[in-house]
Amino acid sequence: MTTISLRIEFGGGLELLFSNEKRHTLTLPSMVSFDNNSKISADALSGVNLKPADVEYLVFYLRDHLLQERPELFIEGKTVRPGILVLINDTDWELEGEGEYVLQNNDEIVFISTLHGG
Amino acid sequence: MPPKTCALCENAKAILKRPKTGQQICKDCFFHVFETEVHNTITQANLFARGDRVAIGASGGKDSTVLAYVLKTLNERYHYGLHLFLLSIDEGITGYRDDSLETVKRNQQQYDMPLKILSYDELYGWTMDRIVSQIGKKNNCTFCGVFRRQALDRGAAVLNVDHIVTGHNADDIAETVLMNIMRGDIARLGRCTSIVTQGEDTIKRSKPFKYAYEKEIVMYAYFKKLDYFSTECIYSPDAYRGHARTFLKDLEAARPSAIVDIIHSGEAFEIREEIKATQKIQQTCKRCGYMSSNDLCKACTLLEGLERGMASSGITDRARKKLDAEGPLPENLRTIPFYQPPSGNPNPTITIES
Repeated sequence: MTTISLRIEFGGGLELLFSNEKRHTLTLPSMVSFDNNSKISADALSGVNLKPADVEYLVFYLRDHLLQERPELFIEGKTVRPGILVLINDTDWELEGEGEYVLQNNDEIVFISTLHGG
Repeated sequence: MPPKTCALCENAKAILKRPKTGQQICKDCFFHVFETEVHNTITQANLFARGDRVAIGASGGKDSTVLAYVLKTLNERYHYGLHLFLLSIDEGITGYRDDSLETVKRNQQQYDMPLKILSYDELYGWTMDRIVSQIGKKNNCTFCGVFRRQALDRGAAVLNVDHIVTGHNADDIAETVLMNIMRGDIARLGRCTSIVTQGEDTIKRSKPFKYAYEKEIVMYAYFKKLDYFSTECIYSPDAYRGHARTFLKDLEAARPSAIVDIIHSGEAFEIREEIKATQKIQQTCKRCGYMSSNDLCKACTLLEGLERGMASSGITDRARKKLDAEGPLPENLRTIPFYQPPSGNPNPTITIES
């Protein structure tokens, strides 16, 4: 089973939900459960519908494994809460397919919240 | 998706999709269009005159930091000839304002601008923390907003500036339009989309970021690596504006141009004559001299309520009547010092922290 190594960064106050840590590194399997279930074990995966790990999956993974509190401030439905900007390798995720972007090894994903005073 | 080339220069890789136009542009073109649009907003509205002394309402947050940076850039690039100052208000909110003021002090160094900080404590004798402990978490934004507006004018008078600029962006103004509709506040609805507000006795105040999307301000700050403070005011989760903001964000997700479209609708509203006739005329406060719709300005009304232990008298009619029934203002109660608008004297009367 191949894995992907990723660098994650949180900004605009989002880091407060993630142990007040702005930077994280994670390793994800390259093929994941189609329904974004990140708690399923590796051997059970072969019996399940799979897809390549994408940003949509990453958002669920972060909620289930790194988020400390208040999931509603990060995720809404199957995507990030409106008002949170996502950059994939310093590029607006709207140009990369948003949740459907397939993650590559050593990608850097940045989540910035705009929902605070200016 | 294959990487796209910038729609403007057709040379570099596109890194951003503009919500306003849907264009896919590269980093340098983004900086250029963002800055140029603000420049156009400024020139088309004739906001400044050469030699103007301009105070930037600076909180250390994303909008005011980017505003200070962009104004300084445009001032130099287009030779506006402005004298720029940073003006910061300390409302006395522990864990929020004290941290963001540290950011403003860094901004002062980074942008090389004089800084003045004015606090609610010195001006009114009450910090927001103390106010909230008195009145609870509802309506505290009313106190904060009213007190801050006066505080900015007073700080600007002390600096002897001609003009205050604030970092209100397109999202903020669209939210305000929605809020005023939701609350039936016709008087404010008619005023809230003006890019410049000016009264006889108040300092001219404008919003150069009126048409700048919050998303773009954040992206600009990110790519330029600007230093800003980003935490929600600890009292904001209960704020009424939250409803308008959530709604607006959902609208933006479905149709990004909704934000400027709402502003356009707001600008196009015309108040019916018979409604206009019932609006109050502006006068000056009998106690502190600041502009007011009634005999006493809102800030004096709120402060009297706080001092006399009946804080909601500034908010509800019933509480106001109860306060009036108690009799006139006791002699030794704290009031706000008399307001002197700037006289056009070129020499500032106070030393500026530098």
